[in-house]
Amino acid sequence: MGDISLLGGITLDGFLVMAFAAGLGVSLVAGPLGCFVVWRRMSYFGATLSHSGLLGVAIGLIFGISPLIGVVAICIAIAACLFVMERDPRFSADTILGILAHGILAVGLVVIAFMDNVRVDLMGYLFGDILAVSTNDLIWIFGGGASCLLLLALIWRGLLSMSVHEELARVEGVPVGAMRLIFMLMIAFVIAITMKIVGIMLIVSMLIIPPATARRFAHTPEQMAFYAVLVGFLSVGGGLTISSTLDTPAGPSIVVVSMILFFATAMPGVAQRQS
Amino acid sequence: MPDRLQTSPLIRAKNLSVNRGGQPVVDKVNLVVRPGEIVTIVGPNGAGKSTLIRALLRLVEFEDGLVEREPGVVIGYVPQKLEIDLTLPIDVQRFLRLGAQSSESDMRLALEEVGVASTVKTPMQGLSGGEMRRVLLARALLRDPDLLVLDEPTAGVDFVGQAELYDLIRSIRDRRGCGVLLVSHNLHLVMAATDRVLCLNHHVCCEGKPDAVSRNPAYLELFGSEAVASAMAVYTHQHDHEHDLTGATVEHLHKNQSGHGHG
Repeated sequence: MGDISLLGGITLDGFLVMAFAAGLGVSLVAGPLGCFVVWRRMSYFGATLSHSGLLGVAIGLIFGISPLIGVVAICIAIAACLFVMERDPRFSADTILGILAHGILAVGLVVIAFMDNVRVDLMGYLFGDILAVSTNDLIWIFGGGASCLLLLALIWRGLLSMSVHEELARVEGVPVGAMRLIFMLMIAFVIAITMKIVGIMLIVSMLIIPPATARRFAHTPEQMAFYAVLVGFLSVGGGLTISSTLDTPAGPSIVVVSMILFFATAMPGVAQRQS
Repeated sequence: MPDRLQTSPLIRAKNLSVNRGGQPVVDKVNLVVRPGEIVTIVGPNGAGKSTLIRALLRLVEFEDGLVEREPGVVIGYVPQKLEIDLTLPIDVQRFLRLGAQSSESDMRLALEEVGVASTVKTPMQGLSGGEMRRVLLARALLRDPDLLVLDEPTAGVDFVGQAELYDLIRSIRDRRGCGVLLVSHNLHLVMAATDRVLCLNHHVCCEGKPDAVSRNPAYLELFGSEAVASAMAVYTHQHDHEHDLTGATVEHLHKNQSGHGHG
């Protein structure tokens, strides 16, 4: 891939173009889905799933399958565990999430330490390695992302209704159980594709910060989802620009820009229209 | 409406039991709601009223007994609580659309019917307790329900507002002829707006016409002095004015002078 000249003679290398494409693709899915994570107060749930991603990578490597599939599989398994354990009246959901989030991350680290026959770029998985995005990754991000968005559009009203009041939605005929399962699968998928961009430790920030920033400007749920995508684009653009000019790590730079956008718009007087 | 009472029930519970932690919360309850009938479940806190309703709506599992619904019956549900996260930007109009795909004019009519037409574009989180109950009621009505199920419809509403809400529920029944099942903690407040009362303390203590239940020893024992006190409160509350939604006082000429016919 040739070099592309951009703004004031900054030269973009091929890998940087791939990185941009991957970041934008992930923002496209993470924005709308992240809105539901925020509305349903599931950020800790998201963190638990993403932390278990490392074990997914390890399992993928052990069985010689794509780490992406390993991550999705582990996320689903953890989500199923949570679903069952949440019904146990002896523990609060918060405690269970706290135990699994860190416990499974630790298991992942231990398992990877055992695999001396494979060289694992641990930092890459933990904090992202967006500059190593492959064409194959892009196919996953855009192909899977498009399917994810289409699915989300199809179940949008029901999912929104149950985010407002789950029992009311159930009485009104929304298949709440199926919706929750689909939603969890989508979160698992987004975690799998976002891992490469910002890493396991920072994935939740891609899901939470852009919607939280978008909230101040939105008057409808759909507006919020749309603005969240735009904020995600800005974060990726800004973060990668900083990363390539100042030579900072790409993933954390994206998250830093995202956070700056959040606090900048939270300043008094920025969003007067907030209701 | 005696003829209506003969029609087939919209919903029927037979020997319904729900256990929690080995204890029966709802104990062998039989209950029937027919079209055009208002049935009220009263009982002290923790008597299993909400659990009973939720079992009828199949929101909780029940251990024993059965719930029969008339095939194709449409249920409009007004839950006890609605807390929408502040991060969700949603106004009344959008909220109403979540329940049923309705046109703008249908939504306006429904909001007018429940007396909160001015809230169409208000964010849900900005509604008062009373407005929230009415918007929830509007969402239920937009489904054109055969059966309205209301769980403590007056929770978080002041005293005068409670009486108004029960009036509203009765007028909706009169107009639409739907069945109504509601939960209340205060029998005397719903007396005028109910056809049949089920006094619940896990099991059904007594049931029947409201004035009969209010004199029933089982009811009096269950509520004790509270029953007497609340009866007095309603009895002595002279309704010689109302407040419109802006809070202004609306005088009306001793319409309720006759008071309530307690035995």
